[in-house]
Amino acid sequence: MLHLSAAVDQSSAYDAGSYVDLARLAERGGLDFVTLDDTFARPGPDALAVLSRVAPATDRIGLVPTVTTTHTEPFHVQAAVATLDWVSRGRAGWRIDVSTTEGEARLFGRRYAAPADELWHEAGEVADVAARLWDSWEDDAEIRDRATGRFVDRDKLHHVDFTGAGFSVKGPSIVPRPPQGRPVRVVDATEGHARRTAARYADVALVRAASPAQAAAVRDQLRRTAAEFGRNPDTLRVLASLLVDLGDGEHAAEPGHGGGGPRQTVQGPLYRGGPVDLAELIAIWHADGIVDGFHLTPTEPRRDLERLVNGTVALLQHRGLFRTFYPGSTLREHLGLARPANQYAVTGGAS
Amino acid sequence: MTVRPRTSLKKIHLAAHFPGVNNTTVWADPRSKSQIDFSSFEHLARTAERGLFDFFFLAEGLRLREHKGRIHDLDVVGRPESLTVLNALAAVTEHLGLAATVSATFNEPYELARRLATLDHLSGGRAAWNVVTSSDAFTGENFRRGGFLDRADRYTRAAEFVATARQLWDSWTPDGVPRPFAHRGEHFDIAGEFTLPRSPQGHPVVIQAGDSDEGREFAAATADVVFTRHGSLAAGRSFYADVKRRLAKYGRNPGDLKIMPGVTVVLGDTAAEAQDRAAEIRRQQVSPQNAILALEQIWGVDLSSYDPDGPLPEIDPVADSGITQGRTRRGDTVAIAEKWRALSKEKGLSIRQTVIEAGARQSFIGTPEAVAAELDEFVQKDAADGFIVQPVITPSGLDEFVDRVVPLLQERGVFRTEYQGATLRSHLGLPDPVWRG
Repeated sequence: MLHLSAAVDQSSAYDAGSYVDLARLAERGGLDFVTLDDTFARPGPDALAVLSRVAPATDRIGLVPTVTTTHTEPFHVQAAVATLDWVSRGRAGWRIDVSTTEGEARLFGRRYAAPADELWHEAGEVADVAARLWDSWEDDAEIRDRATGRFVDRDKLHHVDFTGAGFSVKGPSIVPRPPQGRPVRVVDATEGHARRTAARYADVALVRAASPAQAAAVRDQLRRTAAEFGRNPDTLRVLASLLVDLGDGEHAAEPGHGGGGPRQTVQGPLYRGGPVDLAELIAIWHADGIVDGFHLTPTEPRRDLERLVNGTVALLQHRGLFRTFYPGSTLREHLGLARPANQYAVTGGAS
Repeated sequence: MTVRPRTSLKKIHLAAHFPGVNNTTVWADPRSKSQIDFSSFEHLARTAERGLFDFFFLAEGLRLREHKGRIHDLDVVGRPESLTVLNALAAVTEHLGLAATVSATFNEPYELARRLATLDHLSGGRAAWNVVTSSDAFTGENFRRGGFLDRADRYTRAAEFVATARQLWDSWTPDGVPRPFAHRGEHFDIAGEFTLPRSPQGHPVVIQAGDSDEGREFAAATADVVFTRHGSLAAGRSFYADVKRRLAKYGRNPGDLKIMPGVTVVLGDTAAEAQDRAAEIRRQQVSPQNAILALEQIWGVDLSSYDPDGPLPEIDPVADSGITQGRTRRGDTVAIAEKWRALSKEKGLSIRQTVIEAGARQSFIGTPEAVAAELDEFVQKDAADGFIVQPVITPSGLDEFVDRVVPLLQERGVFRTEYQGATLRSHLGLPDPVWRG
């Protein structure tokens, strides 16, 4: 199963309409999810808010905002992501990121900038405590038992009692367990600092790689590390992350791209060419088992997303390589990931 | 008492409170639906918009309440994160204001100002923030800052928080050029650049709910709306006069701050039917188990061996027992216990009957005509500028009010028959904030 996703990032867009349009376009192409990046360091709206606004205007597509973990409150972050899952009826993801700059630290004035590896370790703790808090309500905690007057069965609500290196959380969450159990956690695993956190906690890892060999190597390492953490590596989806510029002709690959492959740029690996050649590249990388799919960031949002959906995706669908409709309704279903068991639930009755 | 000619009748403002996480929300009723599904929020918000309400209101709770060391299980519990739900509701409503209660203690100005400005942009100018302050260490256990804030620091932090947020909202020039900001104060020392242009309302509407002297002063200095709880006409008028009087000191006009008490409404085709329905709701709100709980919260000890249908305890309350965590203390418990015992003796009431009687806070009970007249009287006699209506059934509890009372208010010429403006500020008749560059 091929997995496709796209960024709906735009510069200087603060109104809802343009984001809704892009997400609907991606949904028309049957993409697994859209991402919306976020940082305190550049202009832009709060990404989780934007995708919450998009949720009722879409039906099936997964919604994955970036939410950073460095200066934010883990308890608020998990509650907001869980709520995105509720308002989208099971389509929420969360792209975890950190804030490394002194400039971002000054916006909060609570701590100094810290090295990336320390911040990614903390991001892992936040990912961990978020999952615990999502699990802190068992699915059947609400009982509405009129005979005993109880709204909830408190034996199915759990304190998480989490203590990390820099913060602690008592729990339980204020939000009942979201529809997907745990919303999908996404980590860009390109940099070494982030890779262990991705291998341990991510459901989807993004890898910015210009060559198939490089992508395959990172995927292998991620799967190995995931196994070392006791995970089944098949529960981790690894997607190649590319910038795409589909402004050129239908078939023309830019000279020097090595037959239409991506090329490394300051912004990351960039694919420049036509939608048909991009479909060819996706088909080849995927057939060779190099990656589980792609995360594509248009350089010109509307133009490139339209060409991606109407050209690249249509061709992949025609060749039977990509879904033509959504068989499932949750993001986990699109990704072929099971709804996780609750870590606090006692199976077999006795507690 | 001021009597106005009909031509200058005050217009009533209305807001809808999503049924809360406490025992006022009746969950045992067969009509009661999910407290968490988006469809419940959508139903109530659409109903409020159909009724041309000014805004929709969400409360906040950052830690589940505990009683006798265990999570409290008798009342509705569990809710979504407010700002996230309101952004989603912006997609299914067009005019309705969207108000979130968010703590100024367990958030930081930069991030919260950004989230509120985002809601204002995405909703086209409909965002409001109910500023609350928390001080308890119990709630703090869920947060990085941990611990708590000295009670005396709560309002200084909140005031500095709001002032800083407004500085951030004003930090870009009106034509959309980002400019650096810097703030250094007792609670916050921050600098940099905000990530958003000035939002459609300039500043989201600020709501305040404290009733203490400090709270009133904070409201007069800072807020656009006050959410109060004064039940009687006399108490409402006294509060109204007091808060409005404080505005001049801050160079503000009486119309710059709207006073909106939280109220419940129970309707019937006759006065007697409305009273019967109100009594039934009280019985649903105070289950036998809830009656014992209410008693334990006052007495501060385990009373589980008492019969809810039997007499009140003879023993006296224990002071500051901390038996219940995560809710406001109930003041002088010994005095309350005395009052309850007197009430029980006078009317021959059991524990449950006493709790029902003593806790009754239903504000407006009657036929739609009587309720509309009474609401109008409260506003025309300066006990309020409007009301935050708190239904007890999720999500259909507002339907009847919108269908039966709103048209009568319109007939009386005291409520809008269509939305005039696009923003919440325009619904509330609030001035646009001046840009301070």
